[in-house]
Amino acid sequence: MAINTDKNSYTVIFAVAMVLVVGSLLAFTASSLKPNIAENRRMEKQQNILYALGVNGNESTGDITFVSTDKVAEAFKTNIKEQLVLEYKDGNIVKTMNREQYMDEYKQEPYLIDVKKQQARLKAGESRLLPLFIGESEGKTYYVAPIRGKGLWDAIWGYVALDEDMIVRGTFFDHAAETPGLGANIKQRYFMDDFYGERLLTEAGVFKGITVAKGNNDPKNEIKDDYEVDALAGATITGDGVSAMIKNDLRLYLGYFENLKKLASK
Amino acid sequence: MGLLSKKDAKLITDPLADNNPITIQVLGICSALAITAELKASLVMSIAVLFVMGVGNVVISLMRNVIPSKIRIIVQLIVVAALVIIVDQVLKAYAYELSKTLSVFVGLIITNCIIMGRFEAFALGNGPWRSFLDGIGNALGYAVILLIVGFFRELLGAGTLFGIPVLGDPIEKTGVYSIGYENNGFMLMPPMALIVVGLIIWVQRSRNKALIED
Repeated sequence: MAINTDKNSYTVIFAVAMVLVVGSLLAFTASSLKPNIAENRRMEKQQNILYALGVNGNESTGDITFVSTDKVAEAFKTNIKEQLVLEYKDGNIVKTMNREQYMDEYKQEPYLIDVKKQQARLKAGESRLLPLFIGESEGKTYYVAPIRGKGLWDAIWGYVALDEDMIVRGTFFDHAAETPGLGANIKQRYFMDDFYGERLLTEAGVFKGITVAKGNNDPKNEIKDDYEVDALAGATITGDGVSAMIKNDLRLYLGYFENLKKLASK
Repeated sequence: MGLLSKKDAKLITDPLADNNPITIQVLGICSALAITAELKASLVMSIAVLFVMGVGNVVISLMRNVIPSKIRIIVQLIVVAALVIIVDQVLKAYAYELSKTLSVFVGLIITNCIIMGRFEAFALGNGPWRSFLDGIGNALGYAVILLIVGFFRELLGAGTLFGIPVLGDPIEKTGVYSIGYENNGFMLMPPMALIVVGLIIWVQRSRNKALIED
């Protein structure tokens, strides 16, 4: 017997059945793949932090090459000497926790701190946790801080490695949905490499940040004390987003670096 | 006898040129404009569409006798969206690097008019095997145009192909740059994709007058 597919009752039953079938199929797929996806994200965070620190396979290629996933856990352990979590409130760093103290209190690795949630806490007038990863590269100690901001379409984020004078020694930028070939190029090596050696502080020690500037007439970025890097063609809003996230998020670490200086001069 | 009958083979070959979904049917233009600034992006998008269109056409074809006609467009949309979400999740779990490369493209597949067009025009009236061939053929026709547009935009706009510099170093003024060529940033903007697609349509119709409509 042929089915009468034009009947209203049939249409409703079909729609309900379809929603149930598709819904359960998607729910099953999502829940069964969740552990794998979470593990991939965890390894990605470690790879990104190491990349900014300069621990990567970049020398042999012109492209971005991360530490491979099977070696990343070991590399993270060896290269990241210390993970700190700073508690920031009302313009000051009020508490500094090391990895063990943080894990005791929050039952989570410091590198898994959700920067987005912490930014929201600060906006709501609460304290914000600032993770800082201390590692060694080329025999020097560098400090890697996560940053997060808005691009044209969605979130952009990154990690910036700094030395004790807050001079950039490595960066990694990524994005959720910037336009391929335009804003998505913040993830290209030529853009990230331009930040190397740029200063965040003025001579007087005031935080100035780095601007992704149009027409700075320095395409090779040889002038390192102009607080500017060359912009990407056709990606003004993404570039402004990068400038803003560097200014907003790295500024908060200023107190920690001032303390470092004071300790060093004693 | 070959693997495919003559009629079946035409399902694959026709969309490549004389019935191309982009240049003749003028469908799927939005995604062609959005992602062709890089050749790699064009290739990845083409592969993703190939999968979704092949499988989607088979699913719709299998369901063709039970889908209520009043809600058939919604049903088609649900099938595309579900397939796209599954592809996205599986990639994130087992091919994380590739899923990062795909980023926005996977989502963009849902908005691709060619897919809905083939479901509506072919899969609803034909068997699964022929629908599968039709899906693959149209996805390949889409891929050909995307790759051509991606090739010219990346080459003339950024001087690279698949991210590898081919026109020489823009700063040291070597290669083609030494004779005065400069990267044309405008090639990277969506309007130039439209112009390149327009040029392909022009060339195709001037070579085959039968394609020109009155």
